[in-house]
Amino acid sequence: MRETYLSLAAFAQTWGLLIFFIGFLGVVAYAFWPSKKRKKAFDEAAQIPLKED
Amino acid sequence: MPTVRDVPDTEQKTMTDGEMIALALAVVLACFSIIVMAKAQTGAFGFHAFLFAAASIATVFAVGNRYMDRPAALPAQTIDGKPNYNMGPVKVATLFAVFWGIAGFLIGVIIALQLAFPMLNFDLPYTAFGRLRPLHTSAVIFAFGGNVLVGTSFYVVQRTSRARLAGDLAPWFVVLGYNFFILVAGTGYLLGITQGKEYAEPEWYADLFLTVVWVTYFAVFLLTLLKRTEPHIYVANWFYLAFIVTIAVLHLGNNATVPVSVFSPNSYIVWSGVQDAMVQWWYGHNAVGFFLTAGFLALMYYFIPKRADRPVYSYRLSIVHFWALIFLYIWAGPHHLHYTALPDWAQTLGMTFSIMLWMPSWGGMINGLMTLSGAWDKLRTDPVLRMMVVSVAFYGMSTFEGPMMSVKAVNSLSHYTEWTIGHVHSGALGWVAYISFGAIYCLVPWLWHRREMYSVKAINWHFWISTLGIVLYISSMWVAGILQGLMWRAYTSLGFLEYSFIETVEAMHPLYVIRAVGGILFLAGALIMAWNVVMTIRKAEPDTAEAAAGLQLAAAE
Repeated sequence: MRETYLSLAAFAQTWGLLIFFIGFLGVVAYAFWPSKKRKKAFDEAAQIPLKED
Repeated sequence: MPTVRDVPDTEQKTMTDGEMIALALAVVLACFSIIVMAKAQTGAFGFHAFLFAAASIATVFAVGNRYMDRPAALPAQTIDGKPNYNMGPVKVATLFAVFWGIAGFLIGVIIALQLAFPMLNFDLPYTAFGRLRPLHTSAVIFAFGGNVLVGTSFYVVQRTSRARLAGDLAPWFVVLGYNFFILVAGTGYLLGITQGKEYAEPEWYADLFLTVVWVTYFAVFLLTLLKRTEPHIYVANWFYLAFIVTIAVLHLGNNATVPVSVFSPNSYIVWSGVQDAMVQWWYGHNAVGFFLTAGFLALMYYFIPKRADRPVYSYRLSIVHFWALIFLYIWAGPHHLHYTALPDWAQTLGMTFSIMLWMPSWGGMINGLMTLSGAWDKLRTDPVLRMMVVSVAFYGMSTFEGPMMSVKAVNSLSHYTEWTIGHVHSGALGWVAYISFGAIYCLVPWLWHRREMYSVKAINWHFWISTLGIVLYISSMWVAGILQGLMWRAYTSLGFLEYSFIETVEAMHPLYVIRAVGGILFLAGALIMAWNVVMTIRKAEPDTAEAAAGLQLAAAE
């Protein structure tokens, strides 16, 4: 039991941390990357609630 | 004009698969419930089996009658190229939300008065604080908040996907089934049926039924998204989806119980002791994080832009807000178990993640508030928008206070005191209820095709009376909590505790009275809203532009 705990904790404190941090950087990069195409997509999406049909 | 409804009436009317399955399941459940009712080990469980049997039989009649009355073809997906929205279930959920809100606030007032004047327990088991308290929490969180979430999510996903709600009977099953679950849970508490876990009190059979309802809810929401005609999935839908998925996982995880028998209401969890406590607070805190936060943030991202008539301040920030919030919240639970048998590292982990939550919470708050930039003047004239903006301010305040209270040193003073109750209510009354009231005030005129609510003045009264109530509530509970915490830890020069416990209880009395007054004011505000909703549906001026469009549609049919 203790072995299982130690190996899981070791993974969480190294690779787990890294994976989550890279994931976070990925989200930030996706959201803030200066891309004309994506900015247009975000602007369009932001207008969705205001459209009337 | 050509619509799907123009299919000639000579077409043979047949039952859909959904109708046949619903009828078959309802018949099976009715028979099974009657057997359970006959062999139930307790009277209370027999009563619940009776409720299930009655609801199943009512379902058979409702589905049958609906089939008899409906035209051969199912409602069209679009009419004249416009999506033919299915707003019936949204209307019912909205009305349920108003009803359960009043019920939940009323029970809150009763238990607040019980704490100030214990004789109001009446020495009856059914009216004891211990039974009414879960009735209050479940009524406001799951019944009021849940119906707001189900109703608005069905509204928002249709409007932002520009598609009719998926399913024919399924959305109705979600709304009515969910409210049936509330009925079973609530009557269970009064009759003494409980798992004894905070916010997870309903027993195994109610939990199983809720699982079926929730999976259907998930399917309806997801399938509606899948048939959207908008290229993008609007951010509010992401928050709704996170709420639905995570609540399903939490519900299954925390209710891994083995019933004693099908004829008994009791069950036991498969793990025990500190593991059970850890799973319970993983569940409990994420009920706050995903039910009361992610779900209502979806309301913020739809109703504030819509009401202010401006797009959300930063769509990019909303994406970071979403992912950061859901990945951080899930780890914060252990802060409920500081200085307990839970391993120290787990407590520290919970505290650390709670503090990190400051960032996405405040990012989201700023995003909500800044949506009004350039439209701040609307706050002066529109009490609905004012209500929603105040709710976002309360969101910021309680998500500042929460991480602070999760710090171990602060928690050693605040835990088990009224400060926690004050914190919860600044979130629940200030944030959740106010954003819900705002959404209800938006939705009711939209759903019933009215130009505005019946009385805008009454909305103003609701706003100010309730705000005064919240201020009285949270300030009295802050004082009470800190007073309690300090009295409990006060020592004399000889090292003895300075106060007996009963002295700390006595010191609370005036603050409990102030809290009850605050609760009464909040309830009064909600009653004004209920009156306003009823009058809007019955009497308010119809929306002329929409009414004209509606007449055209009717003529086209």
